[in-house]
Parts: sequence; C-alpha cells; structure tokens
Amino acid sequence: MAGNVWVLAEHWRSKISDITYELLALGKEVATNIGAELQAVLLGHEVRELAQSLGAANSVLYLDHVALANPVPESFAQALASAIRARKPRAILIPLTNVSWEIGTLLAAQLEVGYINACKDVRLVEGKLQVRSVLYGGKMEALVNPAQSTAILGILPGARPADHGRAATVPMLEEVTVDLAETSSVQLKRYLEPEPGDIDISKQEVLVSVGRGIQSRENVRLAEELAGALGGAVCGSRPVIDQGWLPLSRQVGKSGAVVKPKLYVAAGISGAPEHVEGMKNSDLIIAINSDPQAPIFNVARYGITADAIDVLPALTEMVRSRKKEAKSRAA
Amino acid sequence: MKIIVLLKMVPDVVEELEVAADGQTLDTEFLRLIANELDNHALEEALLLKEKYSGTVTVVALDAPEVDDALFTALAKGADQALKITDGDSAPSTLSGAYRLAQALSTVPGLLPVDLILTGAQAIDDLDGMTSPLVAHFLRLPQLGIITQVSVNSVAGVATVLREFPGGVRGEYEIQLPAVLGIQAAEKPPRYVPVSRVQVAMKSRVIESVHVPTAADGGVGLSPVEEMLKPEVTEHAQMLQGSPEEVANQLCEVLAGRGLL
Amino acid sequence: MVTANHGVFSPPPPCDIGLDNLTQFPEGRRLWTCIQCGTCAGTCPYGDRMQYPPRRIIGMLRAGELERVFTSDSLLNCVACYACTAKCPRGIDLTGVLLPLVKEQVLLHLPEIPAELQKALENKLRYGNPMGESPRKRAAWVKTAGVPIRILSEDPRPADALWFVECYNSYYPRGQQCARATAKIFTALGIDFAILGNEEKCAGECGRLSWERGLYSTLMEYNMLVLEKYKFKLIVTSCPHAYDAFRYRYTALGFDYVITHTTPFLAQRLADLKPLLKRKTDCVVTYHDSCCLGRHSSIYDEPRLLLQAIPGMKLVEMTHNRVNTLCCGGGGGGMWLDTYYKAKGNERLSERRVKEAVATGADVLAVACPYEISRFEDALKVLGYEKRMIVRDIVELLADAMEV
Repeated sequence: MAGNVWVLAEHWRSKISDITYELLALGKEVATNIGAELQAVLLGHEVRELAQSLGAANSVLYLDHVALANPVPESFAQALASAIRARKPRAILIPLTNVSWEIGTLLAAQLEVGYINACKDVRLVEGKLQVRSVLYGGKMEALVNPAQSTAILGILPGARPADHGRAATVPMLEEVTVDLAETSSVQLKRYLEPEPGDIDISKQEVLVSVGRGIQSRENVRLAEELAGALGGAVCGSRPVIDQGWLPLSRQVGKSGAVVKPKLYVAAGISGAPEHVEGMKNSDLIIAINSDPQAPIFNVARYGITADAIDVLPALTEMVRSRKKEAKSRAA
Repeated sequence: MKIIVLLKMVPDVVEELEVAADGQTLDTEFLRLIANELDNHALEEALLLKEKYSGTVTVVALDAPEVDDALFTALAKGADQALKITDGDSAPSTLSGAYRLAQALSTVPGLLPVDLILTGAQAIDDLDGMTSPLVAHFLRLPQLGIITQVSVNSVAGVATVLREFPGGVRGEYEIQLPAVLGIQAAEKPPRYVPVSRVQVAMKSRVIESVHVPTAADGGVGLSPVEEMLKPEVTEHAQMLQGSPEEVANQLCEVLAGRGLL
Repeated sequence: MVTANHGVFSPPPPCDIGLDNLTQFPEGRRLWTCIQCGTCAGTCPYGDRMQYPPRRIIGMLRAGELERVFTSDSLLNCVACYACTAKCPRGIDLTGVLLPLVKEQVLLHLPEIPAELQKALENKLRYGNPMGESPRKRAAWVKTAGVPIRILSEDPRPADALWFVECYNSYYPRGQQCARATAKIFTALGIDFAILGNEEKCAGECGRLSWERGLYSTLMEYNMLVLEKYKFKLIVTSCPHAYDAFRYRYTALGFDYVITHTTPFLAQRLADLKPLLKRKTDCVVTYHDSCCLGRHSSIYDEPRLLLQAIPGMKLVEMTHNRVNTLCCGGGGGGMWLDTYYKAKGNERLSERRVKEAVATGADVLAVACPYEISRFEDALKVLGYEKRMIVRDIVELLADAMEV
C-alpha cells in the first residue's frame, strides 16, 4: 500500500539486530501519527523465519535472493529501490550500523530522492514529518523536513528502546520477487573473528572504560586497578584501541562491542556518538572528564569534571577500604 | 597503479561552533575548517598502497577556506598531484559536493581511468549522504565502506578489503576494480609531515585549479534544513563536586546504595 | 684556555648554521676540537639508552657518517637538558648547535614518530598550543584570576611588563593555579603588566629543540608580529622554555626586547616583595633547578633568594643541584614521549629526581617550570610519595606567604 512506513529489518549472522526493534518502535509511532501501516522489509536469502519476531509491524515484506545472502550495500539498495518504486511508501527507516551503512545513501541516489543521515528522531510537527539529525560529532543538531514523497532516513542506534519494538505476535509475511543480477562486483569471502582468549566484555557486570583523556598507555593501569577493586574489567573507546593501549576485543562502540553492564565508568571519554551507542544502555553510567562540555555527561547519571588520572586512584582506594571494612564487619 | 583520494574540508570542532543568525547554518566568524579526519586516513592508505605497489596518488578537493594547506600537506606527504575544483558553492552539502567531484573526475582529462578512488568512510557534516557511495553511484563504480585494510591484485583486477562489523569481526570482501572505497582507518596512523616539508611544497609544487561549473544539484532533491541548533540536553549527569577524595566518597555511597560494593 | 661551560651563559647560536656549513662558524668548528672524552655521554640522563650518545654523534659527524644517526631513533631520548653543553671541557654547545640540527633530520627520516609527539607538534602548528585546545580559550582563565588582568588586544595602551603566560599555565587547571598566583603577586607589587591573551601562541622552543624548524619558524614569525603591535618595557614569562626561546633563538629575527623569567624578575623586586610575605611557615623546601633557567642561563641564586625570603622557610639542597641538576625529562619533546619511553623501558627521569627530593626530607619540592609540576606530581603518585611531599611553583609559595 502506498504511504506506509517501512523499516529495513537488519539481520546479521542469522540474528535480527537490536536496532531493527528500535526502528520498529520508532516506525510504529510515525505510522500511527500519519495514519499509515508499518511494514518491516526483510532482505536476505533463506531467512524467512527471522520475520517471526517482527510482529511490531503490521506485515513483513520478504525479499529473497542469493545476491542478498551477505551484506552488499549496492544489492540491498537495488532490491529496495525497485520495491519502493512499485509500492511508494511514505518513509523508510534504515539502520545506521556497520551492517547497513551505505544502503540509505545508495537507495536515495538510485531513486533520485533526498536522503537524511544520522537521524536520532522522527516526529510529526504541524502535520509534517520532521527529522532531527546529529552533526559535527554531536555538537549540533539539524531539524530537517523530508521533502520527497518517499523519505529515506538513516537512523542512529538508540532512537527508541529496543523493547518497545518487540512483539509476541507473528506478523503476516508477503513474499516479493526480486530482480537482481546473480553476481555482484562486490563479494563477501569470509569473516575474520577477533583474537580469541580474551574476556568477553559484553558479559561483564562492571566495566571501567578509558578514552583519550587518560593520556597514555601506562595510565590504563589506573583503570585496571579500579576494575580489579570493583570485580570488573577494563575496556576502551576506539582511539585507545587504535593506539594499541588495549586490544580490539576491549573496544566499545560502533565497531566494537555493545555492552550493558550494571556499572560503566567512563574515564577520559568524550562521549562521541560512535562510542555512546555501545554503552548507553548500561544500568549506571559514571563519567569522569576534565571538559565540562563533554557530551558523555548527557548520557551519564553522575559526572565529575576532573582529570581521570586523579579520580581513578582516589576511587580505587576508597572502594578497597570500604570493601575491607565491610568484610571485617561481616566477620 | 593509479589512485585518487577525495579530500573534504569540514568544520574544526576544537573551536566552539555557533549557529548563524539565519538559524540554519553555522556561524562562520570564528569557524575554521580542517581536512576530514577519515580523508586523512584515506590519503595515508593511498600512500601506503603507492609504497607497496608503486603508482601515483592524486588528491582532489573542492575549493574551500584552508583547502590549500590541506592539499600542500598532502603533496608534502607524498601525493603526486593535487587538484582543486573551483567555481562552486562555498559550503556544499555532501551530496552536491559528491556530485561535483564525480563531474570533475569524469570531465577533467587525465583523471580517469583509475584503479582506486579512496575517501573517508564518513565525515562529521554528512547530513544528506556519504561521499564514498555517492561518488561511486555517479561514476557507476562498485563501492564498499568502513574499510581498514586494502590489498590489490592488479592482474585479476580486484582488491581484497576488510570491512569492520560489530564485535570486532571483520568481513573480507573482493571488489572489482576500478572501485570506490570508504576508508575507516588506514593500516598505519596518518604520517607526520614536518612543517618545513610543507613549506617547501608551498614554494615548489603547484595545486592545479580546475574550473567545473556547477550544474543543477545532481538532479536530486535536497531536503532543506529547517533549523540548526545546539543539542537539546534532555538529561544531564548529576555533577559531583570536590577533591578526588571527596568525589570518591560520594561515588562509593552511590555504589553501595546499588549493591555494587 | 677553554674551560667547561659550568652554566656560563652561552651566546645564541647563529641562526643560519646548518649541517652543511658548520665549519663556517666558530661554534661549528668547535665540534672538531672534541677530544671524545665522553663526559657528555656520561652526564646525559639517557646516555646509556642511546645508540648514539652525544660523543658518538660528534664522532659520526667527523667521520662523515652522520646519516646513520638520522635513521636511528636514538635522539628521541634527548631531553635537551644542556647537561652535555654544561660539562663539555671544550665548551661545545651540543644542545644549542648540533643536536637540534640532527634532530631535525631524524624527524625527516624516521618512518614513524611516536603518536603523542606527533599530535603535540600538529596541535602547536594549528592551535598554538600542544594540547589541541582552541586558541580562543587561551585567556579564559583570566576570569577566575581574582585580580584584574589587562589584555593588550582589548586595551593596547603601553605596559611596563608584558607577561607571556605560555600554554600550560593558560590551559591546564594546575597551571592556571600558578598563573593566578603570579597575577596576584604582580598586582600586590603594583606592577603595570598586561598579557597577550588569545593572541598569545606557544613560543615554540620545544619545536626548535625537538625537531621542527619549520614549526618553530612559523611560531617565531607569528609571535614577532604580535609583539611588534604593542609597547612595553620588558617581557616576563612564567615558562623557562619560552624564556630560552626568546633569549637565544628569537634574536635571529631581530628580537631585542628585555626578556626575563618570573623568578629573576621577582628577585629583583625583593625589597618590595619581602614585607608582603607575612605568613610564617615551618616547611622545609628543596628547589629543583630547571635546565633552561639553570644550566643554560645560570639563574641559580634568584629562585633561592625568593624561597629564603619566605618567613620560616628552610631550604635544603638535593644531591644534584645547580649545574648538576637532574632533568625532569620534559624538554626536547620529552613531555610527549612518556609512552614511548615506557615502551622502551626507560626509567622516568622525573621519578629519578623525585627520589632525590624525597631523600632530603623536605616537605615541598619547589619548581619554576610548568612542565615540572605535572611531571613531579605524577612521579610522586607513582612512587607512592604523594603524602610525603608536595610540588609547588615558587610563585604559589610566595602567593601563599602573601596571604593573597
């Protein structure tokens, strides 16, 4: 049906990504506001059963083709483009993740319509769709009115809680034929797994995370000491991993792990969106940064404007002595 | 091997950004521009590929304030040629910029054919698209982004690249050449170039200025920015004050209250 | 008879001396009088870590093999502390003449330079400070100074003293404490002073002595233009490295202003200052001689006079003092090479020094250089001495005693 709201149901390695549910939650809102239906669009090869969890949508459009078996942005964009030309939805929400990165841009270019990137919210304002996008590393936001008949929107992780997009009902499935070339000039050959033998930070209850603000490799030990005292582990933002201060398995963020520990201490981390998306759902976030304007303070529950190098050891000592006290009281 | 690197000047966020009086664009009074960080990675990757496979690296940028610095720096780092595309909008959107770059690449003699076009996987001002897929689309070339490693097999006419996925996983892809790649990280950090080398480049090298008249905006409709504003802060952390010891104390109270001690 | 330099003022090196024309200058020819005694290498704080300590560099130069030094990372261990210059029995100014020239070549030849140093150099060029902070925030600390501070770009009337605050004291919270203390002392003494504010950029000394002639000349030209806009009788700076730059390097561009550092500046005004030092203390203090002020410019007595003017302050000396002072490790780019040194297993020079300080039994380690504060405070923490000793800039101690 024309005028519907579509959500690209991202999946990777046989699992529907969390962001898909976030987009379903957002899409549901938008669809309700404009009096339209929500449809999930599932592209892939022999993944029909993944549609079952997409019940927040009224129905699922399923596009199956061998060329869609692996993440190849061009193929996905082409398949979506022909479906959009045929069915003319009002809007399509596309995840902005490593898996679906270029799809929105390519899709809009193929359809010769506009694309709006880095959206954190979509609302109906005075009867018109309005999108809020993030710019300049989070320092500015832009309100944009999608101009075209089909709004192509690239949505950032965290726009809505994933739980709001989950549903127990199994949606109706409509299979749509796809006309694509069998082979593409871009082919996935294999996946390379990260180095084994290190801890899985996504399973930790306490994480002490370090960013550029700790200034040097040796200061990572301050975080290790706090993590040890709290019974947790150390992780870091991308710059710290790029510098080699921590291995890749400890990276939190867009290209790293998504973590939801009970406690996340962000030491010397500015809070750029690529990192925040990896930890924003932690139960308790404490941020230490010498810059009072650091965006991390918008995501943290408690903040300290100080040098992490000063606060971490003070905190470690206090945690240790408190634990000792508690132990001797219990004895 | 022939490589083109596309470089874009973006706002330098070390400076405080302000909204202009029109409420829709950035105030330019104290605005400084800097080469997009990931484009520096693209340049570094190009130079590394040049060192590995031998060939040439041409850097192309749209004219913008401070672009000369960036182009001379690229030449000083080892690029063979630098081109500046003039006569366009001084602050193009990513989409119109990509369109003009594609126009320039197709019309300026000697640029195409090429083996690889490298540019950053994203930029901080990408509101209406990303340069790498857009240029690929306009030039009808294959494209892949979020790339952290490139190796080239010229005989087979393919490149093998690694693309980052979640959880530290990387996907190994084969892409037919010529292709456009969106670089996320070069295999080594962007090299340092001594100021004296850049100064020498400024005196002895030339940035070619190429006049490419702006056509209509690629025939693609741009969604207008209704308003630009500083982020609304819906929540903000409760800030704890005091010396490190005092703050540590307060934090321990919080942690104890949540059973984390 | 040529004697060892022993902290004797050495003249500015000629600005157009280079590796290809050394023998055209007396300072260059002196390199050929080296007797290869090795005193330089012996006194060098990291001499034992260098593949090419100073003595060998002269040897390689004279053997026509200097190129091999360019591709070694040996000189990354040179912290520009002037120890070799001070001790050379031939009076060869290694630190001022030869080493910067070789370092410049090393920067051009090294395939990769340590990331922290690279960032600091790039930041200095682009933002005028190594931290990468916005130039427009350089004078933000003035609002919290507690006393009025005139900024020349806003009020360009002539001033008696142009106070060149420098990067660390402008941007870092700990440094700003020193800046505030200095402002209060100047005000209490009735000095007519002003600062450049956001127009000020790094004097660039660490660019010159650590590799980067191009960066240095850019900053030098910029600062000369700014200074020419205003009228003042002298320049007083809080940073010994800036002092070093102005006194010995800027002369190449015609710098002929009177330049001084806060310690000799205040020591000259001791007669006015002493009556204001009211609060008595029972602290024992030991003073760390900064390499730039001390060995290079023989400023040893003035800081001590200031400390001893504080009522009740007792001054004790470390084993290595005055010309023999042990460098904190921050010069010559060392400030941004700690990660590199750690990876190489180098002992931190600041830790070496702090152990000596603590051994004196003093409560306070007094310094006169912004680098030393953070380096020694870090070292005290790492060694677990932070409850035994604190680090204070002389101006902070004076301000405390003035009850301002």
